[in-house]
Amino acid sequence: MSEKMATRVAYGKTLAEIGQDENIVVLDADLSKSTRTDFFKDKYPERHFNIGIAEGNMMAVAAGLASCGKTVFASTFAVFAAGRAYDSVRNSIGYPHLNVKIGATHAGITVGEDGASHQMLEDIALMRAIPGMTVISPSDAVSTTALVKQAAQMNGPVYLRLGRLDVPVIYPTDTQFQIGKGVQVKDGKDITLIATGMMLDPALKAAENLEKEGVSARVIDIHTIKPIDADIIIKAAKETGAIVTCEEHNILGGLGSAVAEVVVKNCPVPMELVGVKDTFGKSGKPADLLVKYGLTAENIMEKSKELLKKK
Amino acid sequence: MEDKTKLELKKTATKVRMGIITAVSSAGSGHPGGSLSLADILTFLYFKEMNIDPKNPKNPDRDRFVLSKGHCTPALYSTLANRGFFPVEDLADFRQVSSYLEGHPNMDKVPGVDMSTGSLGQGISAAVGMAMAGKLDNKNYRVYAALGDGELEEGQVWEAAMCASHYKLDNLTAFIDYNGLQIDGNITEVMNPEPIADKFAAFGWNVISINAHNFDEIEQAVNKAKAFKGKPTAIVAHSIKGKGVSYMENQAGWHGSAPKKEQAEQAQAELESYLKSL
Repeated sequence: MSEKMATRVAYGKTLAEIGQDENIVVLDADLSKSTRTDFFKDKYPERHFNIGIAEGNMMAVAAGLASCGKTVFASTFAVFAAGRAYDSVRNSIGYPHLNVKIGATHAGITVGEDGASHQMLEDIALMRAIPGMTVISPSDAVSTTALVKQAAQMNGPVYLRLGRLDVPVIYPTDTQFQIGKGVQVKDGKDITLIATGMMLDPALKAAENLEKEGVSARVIDIHTIKPIDADIIIKAAKETGAIVTCEEHNILGGLGSAVAEVVVKNCPVPMELVGVKDTFGKSGKPADLLVKYGLTAENIMEKSKELLKKK
Repeated sequence: MEDKTKLELKKTATKVRMGIITAVSSAGSGHPGGSLSLADILTFLYFKEMNIDPKNPKNPDRDRFVLSKGHCTPALYSTLANRGFFPVEDLADFRQVSSYLEGHPNMDKVPGVDMSTGSLGQGISAAVGMAMAGKLDNKNYRVYAALGDGELEEGQVWEAAMCASHYKLDNLTAFIDYNGLQIDGNITEVMNPEPIADKFAAFGWNVISINAHNFDEIEQAVNKAKAFKGKPTAIVAHSIKGKGVSYMENQAGWHGSAPKKEQAEQAQAELESYLKSL
């Protein structure tokens, strides 16, 4: 588990890998060296278009290309993709259910030093509220590669939530993933930690530490937030009786909310939501910010122990 | 243009206008003013110019049209219905819960609609994407878009305009329905988008100014746009909001309100009388 790679890098490399499909077109908004669509650009410059610093235009241009049969990957930072360009995504991509994959990099607090204006903490909430939008938030490079390939094969809009920071590679290279199917990464019977994105790694560390204290914690990776894998969540609720969600996102409207919607309806159990508590971020080193906002294995462990008292 | 062709287009445009009144008055809401100002351009495109087939509306080689001023569905639907994409009678169900004729264009529900629009400024971006796809695939189809003059107040229009000239999309032609009025009044008083022709020229477009209600001028402009290489073309079409219905002409109040029963009957009578006079 010593190897590290940012999910944005895995995204860019995967685009270059699948780029032999001549139907794929990649758009960027002056950030190709950061979103890493430059890997695709180097191999297929004729199908990589820089739209400039005009994200709203880029999303609707993507819709026009998709209406003519193209599989379009439109990339920019998450704060612009889901925030600034929201109306284009909603009306030009979501409403006509066009085949556009939104590669949204630099999501979450781990953008770091750029600060709150660039730390997108509401995108899961915004994107999952659009009817028909698939929302994917992979935890590592291996799952990113697999899910980007599947997204390219499916017809319809997909939001891919990707990170800037180098994060540990969690899965063996040959692991199978399926859009809409969660992964039970570790079994356990006392409590379930459900994580998305880069929070899977601290959730796994928290589970290891809980084991040492005699608590058997199950860990589930919800890499697809919409459509969510209700079965794996209901099973966990029934079998472990307590759920802690872990996300690098506002606790309002994100993974925790999505899991709670399933739990409340099917099998109510005590829950705790670990995430950013309805506040903007700030500048700082990613590691320091994760500590400041409680996005750590230590905090997950602490919240788990508090929750176990409510069982 | 031959006189006979022109006469047929005038007759068709009048029927399109009658369909606009039917749709808007049946619904009790909608946008007649900007629909009537656009009727002649749409009639020319769909009955004379565009390579389209009502029996095969999704033909990948077809010409495309994007109604960037998406609220003017009455004009687009009436044109498509009269062209045979769906029954003219369905216009009477416009905006009803049981109808497929949504208030703003929906490409999944309405045969012949090439892009879902409604949020101003986005349709022209989508048209840019279509033109890029045509270039990528070495297809000969052309992409047309219609924008409102008030719509030019949306910043995204200019992002799209920059993009279209940057990628030399000479397969793209955008009509600006320059009727001078928007919901709150005269465009120059609400938020002045003028000088419109100069702005498009500055953004790297080939610009042609015409009378939006003269079929010879529309045809000549479209032919010039097709012949012009290396730049997209903006056709600044000077129009009359509410054109063809006496009490609606040049009245901002008819931007987004429907005529009452007697007003609708008067409008239809005026159009009927004009049709007979042709």
